[in-house]
Amino acid sequence: MTDDKKSAGIVRRDFLKTTGAAALGLGVTGFPAVLRAQPASVKVGLIHPVSGFIAFSGNQCREGALMAIADINAAGGIKSMGGAQLEAMLGDSQGKPDIGAAEVAKMTEAGVNSIVAGYASSISLATSQEAAKTNTPHVVDVGVSDKIVTRGLPNTFRFGPGYGKIAEFAVDNLDTINKAAGSPAKTAMIIHEESLFGTGTANLLSQKLPEKGIEVIEVIKHANPTRDFTNIVLQIKAKKPDLIIPANYYNEYVLLARTMRQQRVEAKGIYSVLGGAASNYKFVKEFPEAAEYIMDCNHWFNPKSDVALQRKAAAEAKGLVYTYEVFLAYNAVLGLADAFERAGSTDKDAVNEALSTSTMDMSYMPYGPTKMEGGQNQGAQPVNTQVLNGDIEVIFPKEFASADAVFPMK
Amino acid sequence: MPDLAILIPSVLNGLTTGALYALVALGLTLIYGVLHIINFAHGALLMIGLYAVYFLNVQFGVDPYVSLLIVPPLMFALGYALQRGIITRAGHGRDENILLVTLGLSIVIENLSLFVFKSDTRVIDTPYSFEVVEILGAFLPLPKVIAFVGAFVTAGILWVLMSRTDLGKAIRALAKERKGAKLVGINTEHVYAMSFGLGIACLGVAACLLLPSYYVSPQVGHGFVLIAFTIVVLGGMGSFVGALIGGLIIGVVEALGGLFLGESLGQIGIFVIFILVLIFRPTGLLGHKV
Repeated sequence: MTDDKKSAGIVRRDFLKTTGAAALGLGVTGFPAVLRAQPASVKVGLIHPVSGFIAFSGNQCREGALMAIADINAAGGIKSMGGAQLEAMLGDSQGKPDIGAAEVAKMTEAGVNSIVAGYASSISLATSQEAAKTNTPHVVDVGVSDKIVTRGLPNTFRFGPGYGKIAEFAVDNLDTINKAAGSPAKTAMIIHEESLFGTGTANLLSQKLPEKGIEVIEVIKHANPTRDFTNIVLQIKAKKPDLIIPANYYNEYVLLARTMRQQRVEAKGIYSVLGGAASNYKFVKEFPEAAEYIMDCNHWFNPKSDVALQRKAAAEAKGLVYTYEVFLAYNAVLGLADAFERAGSTDKDAVNEALSTSTMDMSYMPYGPTKMEGGQNQGAQPVNTQVLNGDIEVIFPKEFASADAVFPMK
Repeated sequence: MPDLAILIPSVLNGLTTGALYALVALGLTLIYGVLHIINFAHGALLMIGLYAVYFLNVQFGVDPYVSLLIVPPLMFALGYALQRGIITRAGHGRDENILLVTLGLSIVIENLSLFVFKSDTRVIDTPYSFEVVEILGAFLPLPKVIAFVGAFVTAGILWVLMSRTDLGKAIRALAKERKGAKLVGINTEHVYAMSFGLGIACLGVAACLLLPSYYVSPQVGHGFVLIAFTIVVLGGMGSFVGALIGGLIIGVVEALGGLFLGESLGQIGIFVIFILVLIFRPTGLLGHKV
């Protein structure tokens, strides 16, 4: 109100004359660029489950995305928009899809230009759907459900792989590993969390594993959070599968792995598909005995890329554990910034168009060339990792491998 | 049909889980069974106890079992203050008012916790969290075995307190005949508050024994309240031994339910028991009309 009163005291024409002359003067005299009119910032909404049962992963995503924003801004922002800086708007989905969607609605009201969300598949489905109402560009960082990019939403994009591709990749590589060892694995049990990601992955694996001669003898679903895996582990002990395949989030994965060790489960291998902890340095560091020899098919960086290793070092220098959440969220922001750069504006249609034609170089990931089809980067793929001697090594594909697979477990 | 190699460990695991349930139910049987206060805030107060144990461990490095000397007395004081300061005043002696007051309390406590602690699930890591004890070929987590013993000890202490002390006599007198108790000079408000405090102190004990093998979040109490009510009804209102046996039965039913019906349907058995007991034996296994 006070501002209105003050401005009422200035005659508009005089104001324009004075400021116009001043602006002209500055331009002619070549004042440093920093004093020129700053381009409007580009608002990027980061919606992650930073509290709730998947808070660890949500916070990792947020940190990764913020690192990318800081790096882009430090490198001059969006140059085609006069060096516009990316401005993060932070939202917490609390691990709940409805709250994630509500955060999108709030940010849209507040004038957000784009969204990066939402770690979990179920949350990403809800946030992208909500963003689609206003055609706001939405990049999914981690959510792996294939439904995310098969609903025909023109605003939804994913640079990482979906679980269809991951499951196919996981089964093919498991087959290779198994055959190389003389096919010791003939049976498997799948332990998965109850939401879209775990259920979808388990369904795909149940279909594909028998094609490779591995019988799925039991599929067990568990709730989030589950704080006692004894019953499930007793069932694993009774069924004696050759392979145990967990597909769940970090907390449950750790508890399951530790309970298996506690109950002295013996299997030829623990082969996770998108295991929440198996490709996580935190797990390997805190519980090295439970983690040793666990194989995983998951998101990973290219261990032979200097750029990837520099980013890993930068994240670790900030005290972060370099998990897939960090680099996938980082990549999502990079992909988005590249689209703003090529669109040259925050116009939603132009940014969506730029995202859909992205050919961004992602050689710091173990991906092929970036090619968007229906919002999904066709070049994206997972890798196989294995915990060996307290470290996480890439064992497949061979061109990215840093170690050979050890199977069956010793 | 699972073989014995899985059945025995599952039953033993169920017994240890049941002991944890019994610990929560012991406080409830005192409050609900003896004083007829339907305490909907029981789960929320358990959550407060768990947070107390959690922060004592994380901030000050206090072992959860050492917290047994700190948290139950604090919870007793909290219970006493709640009963005298809020429940009695707002309830005006009417059961329906008390029910609503405890329900309101639970909502306030949970939402405050959600605001302060966020909805994160928090765990503590102790050197013995994943230690196991081998019994009959089953590997039982050490914290659960300790909780099992703890439940019996707590039930024993409560039994002695109720049957051998003046306070216990006063509580029982109050439960049987409120006006009569008042007439013989019992300070009913004080005894009510002492009983409520004792019930909440039991939650403090439960929290100390629970956290090494469990987690805490603002919603953690939900899972326990219904089960605790079931145990109180199954064991018989006001019966500590009944609560203990009820807890063990519920634990085993849950474990076997999980084994035979799957993890998602495993809890159905508990509520089937609840309904059956209400229909066929409303006084519970060891209960009597008080």
